[in-house]
Amino acid sequence: MGNSDALEEILDSRKGGNRRAEGVIYGINGPVVTLLGDQGFEMNEMVYVGNSRLVGEVIGLTTEKTTIEVYEETSGMKPGEPVEGSGSPVSCILAPGILNNIFDGIERPLSAIRERDGAYISRGVSVDSLDREKKWDAHITVKPGDRVFGGSIIAEVPETRAIVHKVMVPPELSGEVVSVVADGAYTIEEPLVTVRLSDGTEKELTMCQRWPIRVPRPVAKRYAPTMPLVTGQRILDTLFPIAKGGTAAIPGGFGTGKTMNQHQIAKWSDADIIIYIGCGERGNEMTQVLEEFTKLIDPKSGNPLMDRTALIANTSNMPVAAREASLYSGLTLAEYYRDMGYHVAIMADSTSRWAEALRELSGRLEEMPAEEGYPAYLASRLAAFYERAGFVQNLNESEGSVSIIGAVSPQGGDFSEPVTQNTKRFVRCFWTLDKSLAYARHYPAIQWLTSYSDYVSDLAGWYTDNVSPKFLDDRNQIYYILTEEAKLMDIVKLIGSDVLPDDQKLTLLIAKVIRTGFLQQNAFHKEDTCVPLRKQFLMMETILYLDKKAKALVKLGMPVSVLEKFDIFDRIINIKYDVPNDKLELFSDYKKAIDEFYNQVLEKNG
Amino acid sequence: MAIEYLGLQGISGPLIVLEGLRGAAFDELCEINVEGKKRLGRIIEIYNDKAVIQVFEGTDGMALRNAHTKLSGHPMEIAVSEEMLGRTFNGVGQPIDGMGDIVSDVRLDVNGKPLNPVSREYPRNYIRTGISAIDGLTTLIRGQKLPIFSGNGLPQDMLAAQIVTQSSLGDNAEGERFAIVFGAMGVTHDVADFFKRTFAESGVSDHVAMFINLANEPVVERLITPKVALTLAEYLAFERGMHILVVLTDMTSFCEAMREVSSSKGEIPSRKGYPGYMYSELAAIYERAGIVAGRSGSVTQIPILTMPNDDITHPIPDLTGYITEGQIVLDRSLNGKNIYPPISVLPSLSRLMKDGIGEGFTREDHQDVANQLFSSYAHAEDARALASVIGEDELSDLDKAYLRFGDEFEKHFVGQSPSENRTVTETLDLGWKLLGLLPKAELDRVDTKILEKYYQPTDPAEFDVPEL
Repeated sequence: MGNSDALEEILDSRKGGNRRAEGVIYGINGPVVTLLGDQGFEMNEMVYVGNSRLVGEVIGLTTEKTTIEVYEETSGMKPGEPVEGSGSPVSCILAPGILNNIFDGIERPLSAIRERDGAYISRGVSVDSLDREKKWDAHITVKPGDRVFGGSIIAEVPETRAIVHKVMVPPELSGEVVSVVADGAYTIEEPLVTVRLSDGTEKELTMCQRWPIRVPRPVAKRYAPTMPLVTGQRILDTLFPIAKGGTAAIPGGFGTGKTMNQHQIAKWSDADIIIYIGCGERGNEMTQVLEEFTKLIDPKSGNPLMDRTALIANTSNMPVAAREASLYSGLTLAEYYRDMGYHVAIMADSTSRWAEALRELSGRLEEMPAEEGYPAYLASRLAAFYERAGFVQNLNESEGSVSIIGAVSPQGGDFSEPVTQNTKRFVRCFWTLDKSLAYARHYPAIQWLTSYSDYVSDLAGWYTDNVSPKFLDDRNQIYYILTEEAKLMDIVKLIGSDVLPDDQKLTLLIAKVIRTGFLQQNAFHKEDTCVPLRKQFLMMETILYLDKKAKALVKLGMPVSVLEKFDIFDRIINIKYDVPNDKLELFSDYKKAIDEFYNQVLEKNG
Repeated sequence: MAIEYLGLQGISGPLIVLEGLRGAAFDELCEINVEGKKRLGRIIEIYNDKAVIQVFEGTDGMALRNAHTKLSGHPMEIAVSEEMLGRTFNGVGQPIDGMGDIVSDVRLDVNGKPLNPVSREYPRNYIRTGISAIDGLTTLIRGQKLPIFSGNGLPQDMLAAQIVTQSSLGDNAEGERFAIVFGAMGVTHDVADFFKRTFAESGVSDHVAMFINLANEPVVERLITPKVALTLAEYLAFERGMHILVVLTDMTSFCEAMREVSSSKGEIPSRKGYPGYMYSELAAIYERAGIVAGRSGSVTQIPILTMPNDDITHPIPDLTGYITEGQIVLDRSLNGKNIYPPISVLPSLSRLMKDGIGEGFTREDHQDVANQLFSSYAHAEDARALASVIGEDELSDLDKAYLRFGDEFEKHFVGQSPSENRTVTETLDLGWKLLGLLPKAELDRVDTKILEKYYQPTDPAEFDVPEL
């Protein structure tokens, strides 16, 4: 969306003709600008509004008036100023240079804006989305005579140390390669390959293509999700896993750790590419992501995390209309990398801010409100958003996925509000954050009783093949103990724990080991911040072995008050810190220690 | 000379409608002359030659025929200079202390511009307030926005005044300049007076700039007060290199004013009648806190708001909590126990704390102590809930220890006198002393090494009140 005219002409040349509608401003109400009558604009067309040429989008057309939402602050604009159409819908420019970069909601690079305008973002900034001067090393992968289709890979460009960017034929084109350039360094606008289309015309393909943000990029077919997105977070990977190509929502009141969880997943998940969308959130948080991700090393590739990350930052004080667009820009970038055969994960923080932007614009348009002032189309917009996730076969027969993890900020922490409820209808993982856990500084504050994942059975095969056939069984046992504990706690709250029989006291004790030793995870601890599946499995095994042995002791009549005095419980709780992720053989010591504990109890009290 | 428009086409609440305008811009500042008195207004909606104008001073005494309106050609601006420290202004930035106008070449648009996230510097350096509950558990960081959620009748003003008078930049802040910008929206005379008096008594007045909109002054003026205050703060911080603490009270009045104007504009309300853009409006204020990379100053914000009916889920505290970097919550039952400051530590939080404390900033054990105090106090609350059902006598010894811990924690750690200024070391040592009331095995949030170094069992008798 860089509003450079030269780039536009190149990119627009495949759209027939250069029809540009024009009009003048009639009314201004915040980000909503109206024009009298039908001036020939198209729905969703990108327009330049006013003398300072602010970027906007046509959102309503009647014979009486044309309604435009403006993506920038409209202060100082006057009726009578010109509005010019661009002839195409609001789109993203897709080419090397997206990764290791930070954009605003309409794909304008924030660092380029800073170079031009200083510390603050001014209006009407015209910068290129991507660097047009930079030369990229391209290796051409087709030769004259090859047939190419939409999605065919024509060149490979090492975009960052971690990711090879695959230059593809735009989805709607196909033809025969006529000529190619030699391997070498080219800018994103220089032609690489010339193709003769079926109608006989010739077309030059560059590294660059353009795609309307509100239209999903086409795929060949969708697969059922069968691979987990491994996050290194125990409660997610074992209890509530998300599949690659899956959808998850993290609802939680303020201070419960939505952003922290998103950061953890963005840092440690095994996706190839991360698109992090800061939608209407805090500026300092985006700065933190930028700072941390530049320093942190991706355990998989050994390169800085930013090498596989693109950030979209439309903070809460940036214009509201661009906040609405930012989610779609992020999706479009994600789908583009998916088409290359990568697994992409989108962090959307927060979808509630996006919904509020919808509400704000809907209010300015004087639409009839539905629940709590949100427009009636909230549900269908949310559905359209989450349905763009998926594990697919691309047009070029590679496989890729887009997973969406959306934070939800329910008003007053009340999950019955419209955004949470409607989101729940379209996502298959629901990780609820709980205030009381956060107050007790139990992090991640994901409440295990109200959270769920629909993917557990879909992923069963993968866990059996790749971790252990016992994995799901162990998971279910752990989950069962936690549910039992919740039931018992209802009683304890009324009469205290002293009156419970010993086997139930043991359940409480083991549940405490699970809660503090397994579910709690310290994001600031070197070993604990990301835990491999194998260690997660061994931790479960160890806890369950302890449970089995302790149960046997209780059956023999040993009181829990005696068992509690042994330090074995504390040792198991501390496994997460004491066993380094690369020294899993240490687990056999713990098994021995549990056996020892069993024998000691019997000796002393037998 | 600008054209003067005579008469109006409509008045509704604080809004006026004017037709036949030429060359008026959205968000432009207007001057309205009514019987010799000047009022300021802002264009908030415009259709061709017809504009809706919000009048800051209110529309009392205006008639359709007696108003003379002039366009200024620019959005609302104020003149800013360092001379403004030590002065008092009204809600739109005009001096009310009788010491003359501010003369300056620098005039800034009060709306400010969004700070580019790339230009921000992540805040890392703490501000010492001398209050244990804040320094120890919800540390205030330079460049942070940390609101105080209060209720009517709670000592939020006293706490704010204590923070302002005691705040210092920590130990390694030689040669850095510190100043305070104070914005009051819809406060009573008494409250405004209290602040003036406290600042004067503690000798900080000469580096405080006060912007005051009193409760009986026009509602619309309030909408601009925080923006004016922040414009000065940004200038002092980023152009003059000072560290600025901005105290804004009471944000609830600001939001009420927004609702009033919104309903007179006939907008569709969202929650509890507040306009749908309240989040964006609040964000535009709160997000002006921060540090700009490469410049030496910082803007730290402490907005104060009173929760209507003590309800933290009310839209005003709720939306605020989603924007600010944590919150300090005051609690009526603690206040009832005569504990000052009545900070309810469990729902209080400082999001930036983790990066601004610990070795190199405060002390290596800070984070662990804080986590452990939070977790143990949460346990103490559970023990209390249980005791209220089965009676204190029936509790296990461990739960009794927690009960004791909870009480002493509230009395000695949270509670302190309004003039007591504790160092961070004092605060942390006090934390360890309280944790000493609990068995070592219960301290599961502390790293083993740190536990060995600092843990000492405490004799509960140490906390017993000596008989008089």
